[in-house]
Amino acid sequence: MKIVSRFQPPPKTGATAEFEYEGASITAPQGISLAAALLAHSGAYTRQTAGGDARAAFCMMGVCFECLVEVDGLPNTQACMTEVRQGMVVRRQIGLRRLNGCNDS
Amino acid sequence: MSAAITAADGGLRVLLLDEQAQPGGQIYRNVGARLATHSWLGKDYASGLRLLDALAQSGVTVQSGATVWRVDSGPRVVWSQNGISQVTTASHILLASGAQERPVPFPGWTLPGVMTAGAAQILMKTAGMLPKDAVLAGSGPLLYLVAAQMIDAGCPPKALVETQTPRMMLRAFPHLPKALLSAGTLLKGLRLIGKIRAAGVRRYKGASSFAATSDDSGMINFSFRSKGRLENLTCAVLLTHQGVILSTHMSRAAGITHEWNAAQVAFQPSCDIWGATDRPGLHVAGDGAGIGGAEAACAAGTLAALDILRASGHISANTRNQRAATARATLFRTRAIRPFLDAAYAPPAEILSPPDQTIICRCEDVTARAIRQGMSEGAAGHRQIKSSLRAGMGPCQGRMCDSTVRGILSAGNTSRMGDIAPPRARTPIKPITFGEMAALTTHSEDTA
Ligand SMILES: Cc1cc2nc3c(=O)[nH]c(=O)nc-3n(C[C@H](O)[C@H](O)[C@H](O)COP(=O)(O)OP(=O)(O)OC[C@H]3O[C@@H](n4cnc5c(N)ncnc54)[C@H](O)[C@@H]3O)c2cc1C
Ligand code: FES
Repeated sequence: MKIVSRFQPPPKTGATAEFEYEGASITAPQGISLAAALLAHSGAYTRQTAGGDARAAFCMMGVCFECLVEVDGLPNTQACMTEVRQGMVVRRQIGLRRLNGCNDS
Repeated sequence: MSAAITAADGGLRVLLLDEQAQPGGQIYRNVGARLATHSWLGKDYASGLRLLDALAQSGVTVQSGATVWRVDSGPRVVWSQNGISQVTTASHILLASGAQERPVPFPGWTLPGVMTAGAAQILMKTAGMLPKDAVLAGSGPLLYLVAAQMIDAGCPPKALVETQTPRMMLRAFPHLPKALLSAGTLLKGLRLIGKIRAAGVRRYKGASSFAATSDDSGMINFSFRSKGRLENLTCAVLLTHQGVILSTHMSRAAGITHEWNAAQVAFQPSCDIWGATDRPGLHVAGDGAGIGGAEAACAAGTLAALDILRASGHISANTRNQRAATARATLFRTRAIRPFLDAAYAPPAEILSPPDQTIICRCEDVTARAIRQGMSEGAAGHRQIKSSLRAGMGPCQGRMCDSTVRGILSAGNTSRMGDIAPPRARTPIKPITFGEMAALTTHSEDTA
């Protein structure tokens, strides 16, 4: 079942950027964060934990890491700290990609 | 920002590193973009523009999108921007990492559709996006502020579910005379509550036993108890908030001594009135040194910058003291209301030490039950919980679970929480890749 966005769409003013998310093409105002654009697109999850739990952006300020997605093949990207860019290819992050050098201490 | 401006005006070369895409911090987030000059964000928000103008004229080098991931005595910082890390040494470093919202864990808080009230405010400020059909739950000034901003924007919350109890208000009452020194802030608060009343938003008080589930369409079913009754609300977004806590990863990683602030139920870096710490060359200021709000943060930044100007020989101690008068008065006045606010909006025990089935560490899916099990097997501190259960080892590095792990270890008893030493913050304090670490380029600057 499609889960509709939990937010009213951002106002349509100024330049936009078009990007791909899970095969869909999304248009968003330039300057907004990728996490905001994904929340405007759908109310569904954008990440799955190692245990299979569905998660989506939670804090929007860079502290919770629930907004992790894959951008242009790069996993562990914080969508709330990344601005939308024309042509970016975004995928859900499934499972936890181990972060090099920081969490296996 | 105010510290950088003061320091630059005093003749220092200043580098300002901020992780956000634009200067402004939490409160004045995105204030520079025309997109966000929505009138419903209020006068206070717009006043950030003045600060931004002053910053632009100050000669401060501003690096946005720049994440500091290491601070050493020396002092030096290592920071990352667009996937490239650099080292900057300076004679003085001011850490002003601000605050984050206190995690509000309950069964179901990890579901898509449950977010923080601050997150909704950030979406309003940066993207002009308003939540549809939202319930606000928890307590604290920001909860009321977000409710009022939503009302002004034409999308009032469906309900306000408040954890505040009459007992908390009674405990806050003795602090009221002192709080009157910040009468302006008190009045602002009363006006917000007046607005929420006038808008006819349904309010549930003394709420407890939060739980959320979601159905196939993604709608959130939020249940809680209020006045002895079990209540159920269905909404698209559940926005929770239970006050803010300091961000101390940077100050802890820098080796600064921290002390327990019982009223705010959080650790804070130890410092003098100028923000000077026990680490040479390192000052702290703003909410990251103790929650005080935006005006206090601005004043504390000015004081720290004046002290740095003195320490670097640009002004005498006498001049520093004279120039500090206004900022010190502001700090005194703005801090006067904190004991009242801290007592009135104290986090309830079940948020500090939630029921067994609640996920505590969101990164590693560790439940309260697992942590209690760990305790029964002898774990008594953050380190043992971390090494046996991985709680706090994920990408957020404990930002979402440290405070709850501490709450569970002390069974929700705030008077015991201060005895549990804060966990070590390891470098890098924000995750970066090995490749980036290896490619570290070094350059040095004489900055404050
Ligand atoms: C979500 C949220 C919303 C708020 N909304 C309001 C409001 O509407 N009205 C109000 O009066 N008060 C609000 N507050 C409180 C207010 O933001 C603070 O009192 C005030 O911003 C404190 O200023 P500061 O400079 O100490 O911290 P901040 O304004 O938080 O600034 C800290 C800065 O440090 C940066 N930073 C942190 N860590 C790093 C790092 N490792 N590397 C690089 N940069 C880093 C952050 O990006 C941020 O820009 C809010 C607080 C939060 C958490
Ligand atoms: S939403 Fe919390 S880090 Fe991005």
